[in-house]
Amino acid sequence: MKLFGRSKKAEKPQRLSTQDFGDTPTASNRPPASVLTTSRSGLRIGRSTNVGRVRSHNEDSSLTFESSQDSDESVATLGLFILADGMGGHQAGEVASSLAVRIVANSIIRDIYLPYLMNGAPSSDQTPLTDALQGAVETANMAVHNQVPGSGTTLTCALVIESRAYLAHVGDSRAYLYYNQQLKQVTHDHSYVDKLVEMGQLTVEAAAVHPQRNVLYRAVGQGDQLEIDLHMIDLPPNSRLLLCCDGLWGMLTDAIITEILASAQTPQDACDQLIAAANEAGGKDNITAVIAESAST
Amino acid sequence: MGGLDTRQIHGAKSTDGIEGALAQGRVLQSRYEVLGILGLGGMSAVYQGRDKRFPNVIKLCAIKEMKSHSLDPQMRSVAIQNFEREADILATLSHPSIPKVYDYFSEEARSYLVMEFIEGRDLEAIINDTPGFLPQEQVLDWAIQLCDVLAFLHEHTPSIIFRDMKPSNVMLDKHGRLRLIDFGIAKNFQPGQKGTMIGTEGYSPPEQYRGVADQRTDIYALGATLHHLLSKQDPRVEPPFSFNERPITTANPTVSPEFAQIIMRALEYEPERRIISAEEMIRSLITLRPAASTQYGAAALNLNSSDVLPLWTFACEDEIRSTPALDKGVLYVTAYDYNLYALDASSGKFLWKYPTEGGLAASPHVHEDRVLIGSDDRVVYCINTQTGRIVWSCPTQGRIRSTPRVEFGHVFFGSDDRFLYAANFQSGRVAWKVETEGSIRSSAAISDDTIFIGSEDGSLYCLDIRGTIRWRYRSKRAITSSPVLNADNKLVIVGSQDGTVYGLDTASGWVVWRYRTDKPVISSPSIGANVVYIGSADGNLYALEVKSGKLIWKYATEGQVNSSPVISDEAVYVGSVDGNVYSLDAKTGSLRWRLRTGGPVISSPVIGADVVYIGSNDHIIYALPT
Repeated sequence: MKLFGRSKKAEKPQRLSTQDFGDTPTASNRPPASVLTTSRSGLRIGRSTNVGRVRSHNEDSSLTFESSQDSDESVATLGLFILADGMGGHQAGEVASSLAVRIVANSIIRDIYLPYLMNGAPSSDQTPLTDALQGAVETANMAVHNQVPGSGTTLTCALVIESRAYLAHVGDSRAYLYYNQQLKQVTHDHSYVDKLVEMGQLTVEAAAVHPQRNVLYRAVGQGDQLEIDLHMIDLPPNSRLLLCCDGLWGMLTDAIITEILASAQTPQDACDQLIAAANEAGGKDNITAVIAESAST
Repeated sequence: MGGLDTRQIHGAKSTDGIEGALAQGRVLQSRYEVLGILGLGGMSAVYQGRDKRFPNVIKLCAIKEMKSHSLDPQMRSVAIQNFEREADILATLSHPSIPKVYDYFSEEARSYLVMEFIEGRDLEAIINDTPGFLPQEQVLDWAIQLCDVLAFLHEHTPSIIFRDMKPSNVMLDKHGRLRLIDFGIAKNFQPGQKGTMIGTEGYSPPEQYRGVADQRTDIYALGATLHHLLSKQDPRVEPPFSFNERPITTANPTVSPEFAQIIMRALEYEPERRIISAEEMIRSLITLRPAASTQYGAAALNLNSSDVLPLWTFACEDEIRSTPALDKGVLYVTAYDYNLYALDASSGKFLWKYPTEGGLAASPHVHEDRVLIGSDDRVVYCINTQTGRIVWSCPTQGRIRSTPRVEFGHVFFGSDDRFLYAANFQSGRVAWKVETEGSIRSSAAISDDTIFIGSEDGSLYCLDIRGTIRWRYRSKRAITSSPVLNADNKLVIVGSQDGTVYGLDTASGWVVWRYRTDKPVISSPSIGANVVYIGSADGNLYALEVKSGKLIWKYATEGQVNSSPVISDEAVYVGSVDGNVYSLDAKTGSLRWRLRTGGPVISSPVIGADVVYIGSNDHIIYALPT
């Protein structure tokens, strides 16, 4: 690597002024896609949910929140992606999942987004990211426990800062990272069957059809001593981070998920296609997918 | 300038009543004020001067004056040529034992050379003032220093022959370093060329009387000088070339036969039979160094309250505050006594030392066959590991407490002048420097194309390898601790004097986690299997989970833990200001053993081949079984 000698500042991509496309851009006079790509910062997002073909109501909740700023100063892109799959009778499941995603979002926006928007940089008394995520999920846990007794929910949350994603995870919803033709599962399920597989007492094939495959040993709403998994991963350019519930990954093989993530034009197309595929495969549970696609370089 | 005596004695004498001397208070070039006279010779004088361009401080200098009484224009022009030659030679030489030249000018038919003022005494004065004999170790140390500067001159291109080595031309400065003075007759050597006989009778070899001078001329004169130092027999009053008949060990029975033998080989009458080079002489002399030198009266080892016995110890002359470096069986140690020591790691045997002009608080860093050190004299030195000789030096404007690190063919280090430097590893040339808002005492962590370093301004800086700042994280107090990266380079971990250990996202500088201790964290972290170990001035060594910063265990010592821990297998090692070196179980933090030293342990350990090496403020470096 021979990169020494004072460098010039990296050239900024040319900014497009609105005059170039007329005062009111419409579908017909949009700039070509390639031009759009060079000026795009931030994340592209897709989100879909479907009740499936068996259940009568949808107990899944998802929430996305993205902020990216175009200005001369470099201000980080932040993205928040939350997915929860509730459980419990008498519609308690959807109340639990909805409450959990809102509380997590509220907590992270208060601890991370708002101070950052105020300072434009992480300040010396910034809440550490792990504390913010942990705190958010713990708050949701206590709220669900107190407000919707007898219910519970999975919770998978990704906070994206520039090219890194921080994940907090409880339950058997999953996060996958698709990059460079490869799909990688980021989270581990907190289900009994998964534990049995981990301990070598059950094969992956047997687990997929095990009658107790939906039983969790950790869930938001359980109250005391909730252990939360934290992950920190890289989001390389053009990668897709997928959050989904078991109604999706339980219906589709990794190969099909990979194929859809590889071929779909936009993150929204990918979400729609994943849900359609899960329904085609039976749609035995509610199906929800959230995708965050990192910017190209 | 034969017969010239330019001894710089301690303190200047008044010039009153000295004929032809510049009057005290006289100002040359509207800049150099004459304060007094240091030495007087036939055609020249050396004055103590003050550089008035520094009005707020007293910057002293030595002003050498050359005047020609000769009416013969040819004689006068030879004298002037000699003087200019001295100036030209000195101006191009950079060696710690050679005085620096600041300026050169002529005024009123006299020529002047402005040089570094060396405070100290010359060796002749030391011989005369010492009752009894000088200690052999002391003379051996001087012999190595003199060989080093002669080797430097001889290997210079073109080769330079000093031609007048004698005790009165060697000054011992206040830092214990020898400095050659009076380059008046030093000459660029051209093989086969004859010159006029200049030198000093008694010290000069026979061939010099025939007008021949080469490297071996200096070797002989060095031998004569060492003979004089040890035997106290002044060769100027002894029969010429009579060293053979006056064995050193007869005159001074305290000298070892081996040392005497090396000196006698330098004093062979026939140049062909002499030691060939100063380099060869260094190698012979180095083997004479005692294995563990405690001759400087360092604190005695207190083993009563220790659980382990050192394999060996070595005493330096001042505190050891740094981390030793280990490379190919050689241990490099920097001490506050200004020296870099090279020791045999298995025995503690002294190999060589390199003296700088300031205390050494930063640690040495070995890369390829070079060792890099930063000194309080504001300079970073690059030293050849084989010979202990200087390869290049890189001056800055501030003390250097930051340990140099080498990556991408460049050396990265900070200085108290607030700059982070990137200097070429081969040449020492500065590729770039970046200013922060405080002194830089932290050492850089480098990964891929990214550099992380702390500053006393309280920030951790992340820069690319061109020196462009990517991000900066501001803690509340100085960051003296040196950052380290976790296994996948996603996290950079560093301590701050605000008492907190930070885990920051390497990509953005966001705080991923923090752990608060009760006092400043000066210790640098060390990362083992998913655990980060770091000390705090609150007296604890902490083991934290790398991923989350959660406490796994802590161990309380009885003093500040400013030393940086090191992990090996199942154990973690650290020093404490309570005077102990601790070995703890890495998993549980339970005590394995401790060693009590004679002073606070700020030094950090280094581990190699089941041996822990660590220094102490008791001046001693300890080699301990793991």
